[in-house]
Formats: sequence, C-alpha cells, structure tokens
Amino acid sequence: MAKGIWIVAEQRDGALRKVSYELASAARKLADQLGEEVGAILLGGPGVEGLAGQLGKYGVDKVYVAENAAFEPYTTDAHSLAITTAVKANDPSILLLAASAQGKDLSARLVGKLATGMATDCTDLKIADGKMVAVRPMYAGKCYGEIVVSGTPQMASLRPNVFPLAENAKAGAVEKFDPGLDPAKLQTKVLEVMKETGGSIDVSEANIIVSGGRGMKGPENYGMLEELAGLLKGAVGASRAAVDAGWRPLKDQVGQTGKTVAPNLYIACGISGAIQHLAGMSSSKYIVAVNKDPEAPIFARADYGIVDDLFKIVPEITKEAKKLLAE
Amino acid sequence: MNIVVCVKQVPDTETLIKVKPDGSGIVEDGIKWVMNPYDEYGVEEALKWKEKQGGDVTIISLGPARIMETIRTALAMGADKGILIDDPSLSGADAFTTATALAAAIKTIPYDVIFCGQRAIDDDSGQVGAVLAELLGIPSVTIITKAEVADKTVKVLRPIEGAQLSIQSPLPCVITCQKGLNEPRYASLPGIMKAKKKPVDIKNAAALGITVDMKAKVVKTIPPPARPPGKIIEGEEPAQKAAALVKLLREEAKVI
Repeated sequence: MAKGIWIVAEQRDGALRKVSYELASAARKLADQLGEEVGAILLGGPGVEGLAGQLGKYGVDKVYVAENAAFEPYTTDAHSLAITTAVKANDPSILLLAASAQGKDLSARLVGKLATGMATDCTDLKIADGKMVAVRPMYAGKCYGEIVVSGTPQMASLRPNVFPLAENAKAGAVEKFDPGLDPAKLQTKVLEVMKETGGSIDVSEANIIVSGGRGMKGPENYGMLEELAGLLKGAVGASRAAVDAGWRPLKDQVGQTGKTVAPNLYIACGISGAIQHLAGMSSSKYIVAVNKDPEAPIFARADYGIVDDLFKIVPEITKEAKKLLAE
Repeated sequence: MNIVVCVKQVPDTETLIKVKPDGSGIVEDGIKWVMNPYDEYGVEEALKWKEKQGGDVTIISLGPARIMETIRTALAMGADKGILIDDPSLSGADAFTTATALAAAIKTIPYDVIFCGQRAIDDDSGQVGAVLAELLGIPSVTIITKAEVADKTVKVLRPIEGAQLSIQSPLPCVITCQKGLNEPRYASLPGIMKAKKKPVDIKNAAALGITVDMKAKVVKTIPPPARPPGKIIEGEEPAQKAAALVKLLREEAKVI
C-alpha cells in the first residue's frame, strides 16, 4: 500500500532553493494529518548529501540522495529517471514538486513515467477521506479547481512563495540510492547556462516587486521604479502592454502570458489590472496600486490604493521609504 | 520533414468565466472558442521549419467537433492536413488520457518533431507535451523561446529563474512552445479558401485502440478566493499619501 509524503528538493549551485523548504513544510503538514513520514529526493553532483540536514529542519524524516555528475546541470532525463527509480522502489502515496521552471519540466515528465495524475501550480493542499485534495487556479485564476488524483503517487506541483515555511526538526536521515542511470537514456544535453547579467533579481524570485504598465508612458520613465525597487531590494516588473511596446524585456512580464509571481509586496504603477495581469500576481501577499484612474480594476484587488498621478506619487514613496529605512 | 502540431481549443481570454452553481464546471454557453495561444506558436514554428526544411505539417486535435474550426485555422495558416480525435468518452480527459489519445493518433503517421503549446490557458496544466513524449519514447524540451533545427538535432533556448539554458535534443522530440518563440502569422484569404479542401481525418477512441483511464479529476470548480477589501489612501498632497502608505507597509503589512 502506498505510504509516505515525498517531495523533490530543488537545489542550484550547491544550495537548496527556498521552494524546497516550502515543499517540506507542506509535506510535513499533510504527513501529520495522515500519520505518515516525509521523504525527500535530493539529486546533485558529488557532495550534495551535505544539504540533507537543512531539509530535516523543515520536517523531512528521510532524504533519498543520489550523487552523480549527470545531475548537474539539471536535465529532464537524468532527474526524471532517478526519481522514477526511487519512487518505484518505495511507493510513496504523495509526490510534491515546485511549480518552478525546473519543477514544471520535471513534474510533467514524471506524470508520464509514473503513469499518474497531477495538479499543477497549486495554492493549497487539503486531506479528505485519506486523499489529497489539491486546490489550484484555472482559466488564469478566473476560477479555481479542487483536484483529486486516482493514480499513484498523487502528484502536485506547488506555486512558489505561497506555502508557508514551518520549522519542525526531524531526522533528515540520509539514504543513498542508485539512480540506475542508463547513459543511452540521457538524450538531452545542456550546452550552456547563460546567467542574466546586471546583478538584478529575477522577478520570479523577488520578495518585493515594483511593476509598471501602460501608465508609465515610456521606457525612459522606468528609472524611478528601478530606484524604488533597488531601495527595497526588489525587482522591477512590467505588464504585457509595456513589454509589447518594447519598453521592458519579456523576462520582466508579469501576467497570464508572462510570469506568475507571489512576492510579499507588489506595487502596481500605471497598471489597470486586466484579468490577464491579475493572473500573474494575485498570489502576492500585499498589493499596492497607484493609478490616476479611480475606475481601474486593480483597485478592487489592491490592499492599498492611491488614486493619483504615479509620476508625483512614486518619487514621494521613494523619499519616504528612504527616510524609513535610514532609521 | 514530417512535422506534427498538437492544437487545443480554449475560451478566449476575454471570456467572463462563470462557475456552475453545482460546482461541476464552468458555464459554456456564449463562450468564444479560439486556438490556444501557445499552440499558435507551435503552428507558426512548424510552418517556418517547413519553409526552411521542406516537408509537411499535420495538425492533431482532441475534440469535440467544434475544434474543427481551429484545425481549419491552422490549415489556413499553411498546415497541410489534420487529424481530429472525436469521442465522447474522451470528454474532460485529464493530461494522461489526452496524451494517450494524441500518441495513438501520432503513431499512425511518420513524425520528425512534435510541437505543443507549453500549456493550455483553460486548465493551465502544462503536462500533455511531456507526457506525450514519454508515451512515444522520445525526449521533450519544454517552455522554449527559440528553436534551431540542424540535421537530426534541435537546439533550444529555455528561460529559467535568472538564466537561460541552451539545450540540445536529438530528433524526433516534443517541443513545447513559450511566448517569444515567434510571431504567429494571420491566415490569408487565399489560405482560408485553400484550407476548406485540405484533408482532415476524424478518428474515435476505438479506431485508435484507446481505453480511457483517468488519473486526475476536477471534483469541484469554485470561484476564486476573495481578497479582503483594501483601502484607498486619502490625503491632500502626494507627499501625505505616500507617507501614509509607507507607514502602513511598515506597521500594518510589515513588508518593508
């Protein structure tokens, strides 16, 4: 009988990504409700075993580790083959991954390899009648669905920055496993990893986002958003209108056809709040809207709204924030 | 080159989505159905590859019957033929079942590459492309913004957090398309006329030897979670409003 709530930990450049702790915390919560144990799969190059203890801190009982140069950098084939080996050998009842760039690719392939079902990009997980009920946005968040998986393991990918961290020290005991990598099955190859230059934080990893839309009127005006974002140690985002106009790069686009973000604070400047934009940022903890149109739909979703000219307001916010942070 | 493109029909993004009172799904009356935007990138890329490498482009879709209109749109853009899988037992199919049906149809024709959208904007699941590849026993490269074909391989660009990956895959493989890959062309009037005569095969589950085995189910459809109402910050001057906001962000929201 399938038992165990498992996660696939995500690490990059020798460190666990924050979403791994979110996965562990969510798994621990389910495990405590079901009276089961939490397992984590950790793949990486030689030495990755050293990260296992950090998973224990967030409630992981056992960490299944496989070390192999083939795991770095991430490829679909190496990771999905190894995880399939571990899952088939241990038969967990639930398998959680992050709905991160890597997780989206990996989880989908695993659905095929494990011949099961998955709820993608979930914002909540519950237990009902011993089964996981995954809650997730659909139709760009215009409605939500409750999903139950009848396959084994029940899979879900979790939206990053949504599930709360909960420290709960467990053993995090390491068990090494042989991933059974057949070189003939490793078909895709990473030729190059091109890191984004400029030292700016990626919009999908920022805790604070200052975002600009059509109301910014032109690319030359984003300097004030960059200043505020820099001060708050955040990133600058953009609506589709700004990206389509060529003012900001595609990688900064937040929305249905851009990135989904869930920062602690999202400041929307000159963004009307079309449903397609909301789809990308509605999971933000706090939303601020600055727009001179009092009818802008964004105000219905904002926690704090200022109906005024953003060219007057944003510099004042920066001034006030500077004062506050200097204290 | 034999190029296959999987295409889905979805509600237009401007559609007001209404949840049925019994939570069994959304109200479909009055929906304007369009080609899934991410699939458009697949059709366009297929046509570009055909223009460069020669060959033909086959459009594959899972029904219902109204999806014929979307297949015709792809044919009008320049694709050569279509396969429509229409079977009531496949209605509401999950990703695994959808991929199973597509795989069964694709296995009946020669293929060198298969394009899919990175996700469909109705269920936003993003699984079918990779599951399809697994069922066909070929590699998958997902959510890609650039693809260059050479000989029997393809080189793609995949954005991740803070970086871009250049990945190489042998052909055949499944490529799932992301915004930025290309600018889909509009169907021309001559294209639309020609499309009416292009062949579209209609198959059902029995003809493809599929048995339906759903692995995931939407047991309830609910409206989005409500956010507590926010407050509009009043003030005489911008400076006052800004000061009030910063104070709230520090003391109430505690985010700065």
